[in-house]
Amino acid sequence: MTDAPNATAGAPLLQVKGLKKHFAMSKPFLNRLLEGGETQTVKAVDGLDLEIPRGKTLSLVGESGCGKSTVARLIMGLSNPTGGRIVFDGTDISRAPAGQPAAIRRRMQMIFQDPYASLNPRWRVGDIIAEPLRTYGLCETREAERREVDRLLEFVGLNAKDGDKFPHEFSGGQRQRISIARAISTKPEFLVCDEPTSALDVSVQAQILNLMREMQRELGLTYLFISHDLAVVNFMSDWIGVMYLGRLVEVSPAAELFANPRHPYTRLLLDTIPDLDMSKRDRQPVAGEVPNPINPPTGCHFHPRCPLANDRCRREAPALRVYDGDARASCHAAEEGRDATAIAAQVPVARPHQAAV
Amino acid sequence: MALLEVENLKVEFPTRRGVLTAVDNVSFSVEQGEILGVVGESGAGKSMTGAAVIGLLEPPGRIGGGQIRLDGKRIDNLSPDEMRRIRGRHIGAVFQDPLTSLNPLFTVGEQLVETIRTHLPMSAAEARKRAIEWLAEVGIPAPDMRIDQYPHQFSGGMRQRVVIALALCAEPRLIIADEPTTALDVSVQAQIIGLLKRICRERNAAAILVTHDMGVIAETADRVAVMYAGRLAEIGPVARVLQNPSHPYTAGLMGSIPRVGPRPDRLIQIEGSMPRLTDIPGGCAFNPRCPKAFAQCHRVRPELRPVADGAAACLLYDGVTQ
Repeated sequence: MTDAPNATAGAPLLQVKGLKKHFAMSKPFLNRLLEGGETQTVKAVDGLDLEIPRGKTLSLVGESGCGKSTVARLIMGLSNPTGGRIVFDGTDISRAPAGQPAAIRRRMQMIFQDPYASLNPRWRVGDIIAEPLRTYGLCETREAERREVDRLLEFVGLNAKDGDKFPHEFSGGQRQRISIARAISTKPEFLVCDEPTSALDVSVQAQILNLMREMQRELGLTYLFISHDLAVVNFMSDWIGVMYLGRLVEVSPAAELFANPRHPYTRLLLDTIPDLDMSKRDRQPVAGEVPNPINPPTGCHFHPRCPLANDRCRREAPALRVYDGDARASCHAAEEGRDATAIAAQVPVARPHQAAV
Repeated sequence: MALLEVENLKVEFPTRRGVLTAVDNVSFSVEQGEILGVVGESGAGKSMTGAAVIGLLEPPGRIGGGQIRLDGKRIDNLSPDEMRRIRGRHIGAVFQDPLTSLNPLFTVGEQLVETIRTHLPMSAAEARKRAIEWLAEVGIPAPDMRIDQYPHQFSGGMRQRVVIALALCAEPRLIIADEPTTALDVSVQAQIIGLLKRICRERNAAAILVTHDMGVIAETADRVAVMYAGRLAEIGPVARVLQNPSHPYTAGLMGSIPRVGPRPDRLIQIEGSMPRLTDIPGGCAFNPRCPKAFAQCHRVRPELRPVADGAAACLLYDGVTQ
C-alpha cells in the first residue's frame, strides 16, 4: 500500500474538491426550438468537498435524490464529473477514463446495494470472485487463483465449495458476502459501499455490518459508506457527511454530529430515528418533502423547510464553516447564533445506548 | 368481543412440488380502536396474513384452514362479491407503493367520490364535499384545487396521504396497512406514521400494521405480533415485547438493530437466515438459529402459550424438560 510516491502518514487517502455533476434534463434541441422551453440541468452534485483519512469510514447520508450515490459513482469513475477534483493517495483521478490508471483503480472497489442485480446469474460464484484477479493479472496460475478464491469465500463466512454454485442458490445476505469477496479480491485499500445492507433483513444486516467492521480492523480498509439509515451510519462511521439536494450541509466526526448537530436538516434527520427504547414517543414531524432538484430553492436549498430561515437564507447560499469539535456546517443560522435558543429547545439528544437484549 | 378474530389461520400455496404453507396456524385478535403491529423478516408470512384477512390472497394462494371473524361473523368463506362489499366499507387497505394503489387515469377526486358513493348513500355533490374534507384531513394543502388533479401530480408522500384518505373515506373500522411507509423517505415516513396514528385514534378505528421495521412498530402499535417462518413467535404489548422479549428470535432481532448512541464494536447477530418454505426444520422452526435451543426443540413444535402479559411459542415456556 506504500508504493504510491507521495503516500505520507496522516494525509487523507481520498480527497474530493469542488466536485460537480450536472445532468442535462432539457427537451431535445428541435422540441425546444419549436415548442419553447429552456435548457434545464439537475445539479446532482454541486460543489462537494470531502476528505477521508486512511483506515477510517466516512458516511454520506441523505434522502433519495440528494446525490449521495452519484458521489459514489463519480469517485469510482463510473461517471465523469462536470467539475472538481478527486485525488486518491495524491493522484488526481477525476479526468482518468474508467478503470485507469489500473494501478490506482485496483486499490479501490465498490459494493452495490442490490445483491440480486450486481452478480451475473450465468456465472459461477468462483468466476465472479476471480474476475478482478484475472483483470489485473494478480494470480500466476489457475491453481493459485483457485486457492485465492477459496480463501476469500471462507474469509467472508462462506464455504470454499460454494465457488461451484450459481448466485441463485444463495440468499440475499450470502449474495452480499459474495459481492464483498469480489470487492476485496484485489486487496484494495478503499471500498465504496452504496447502501450495502438496505436490501437485507435486519438480522442479516447485522451479520454484514459486523463483517465489514471486522474487515476494516483486519485489513485496514478505508470506507466511503452510503446510507439513508442514521443508526446504521452511527455503527459504521468515524465521520458523517449529510447531503441535501447535491450539497453537503454538514460534515462532522460521528459522535459530534449525534451529540451536537449544527444544521437544522441534520436535526430533522436525527429526529426521524425511531425510538426503540421508549415506545410511543410522539415525534414532531417536519413538514414538507425534498423539493424538485431541477428547480431547487434559491439561497440555502433547505430554507422552505427550515424553522430558522430568514431573508438571508432565501438569498444567499451558505458555505461550510468550521465549528468546535471539528464540525463543519453550512448554515447562516448556525453561523449567526440564530439557532442557539431553538437548539436548546428542540435538539434530540443522542440517547444512551441500551445494552442489547 | 374483539373486532377481528383470527383463529388457526393457514395459508397454502399448491405448487408442483407439493403444498407450501406460508402461514401456519396463526391466531390473534384485534380490539376496537387498537393498532396491532405484525412484524417479521421477508418471507415470514406477515403480508400473507394481512392479505388473507382482507380477502386479497393472490391465486394460487388460498386459505387452507382456520377462521377469520369480523364482529363475530365469518368472513373467510364469503364469495368474492360479498367480500367486495366488506372491503372498503368495513376493512380499508393501505399498501406499500402509493403509485400502484391509485389509478393513473382518474383524478384523485373521482377515485375518492367513487369509493364514497359505492359504500355510503350520498349524492355526487355531497360525496365531493366529503372527499375535499378527507384530503384536508390527511394534510393535503389546497384540497379544493388538488382534488381535480391526477396521481402523477402528487409527490410520493402526498400520494400516500391520498391512499390513506381512500382507505378511510368509507369509514371502515379496521385498516390493514402493509408496509405503508417503506417506499417513502425518512422525513416523510414520520409524517405518514403520525397521520395514520392520529386518524385511527380520532375515529376509534383499529389497524393491523404489517411491517419489517421495528421502529415503525415502536412508534405506532399498541401490541405487536412477531412472525417467523409462517408462524407466530410471540405476541404482546409493544413496550414489553421490544424491551423484554420472551422469544429468543425477538431478542435476537432487537439486538441486531443498530442504535444511536455509543458505538459498540459488534452488533448481536443471529446466525444464518430464515428457512425457505420448502425446507422448514422440524420442531421449532427457529431451532437451527436459536442460541438457547435444546434437544426437544428439534422434535417438538411449540404452541403459543401465555407468557408474562402476552404469549410466546417457545419450549422454554412450555414446561418441557431440557
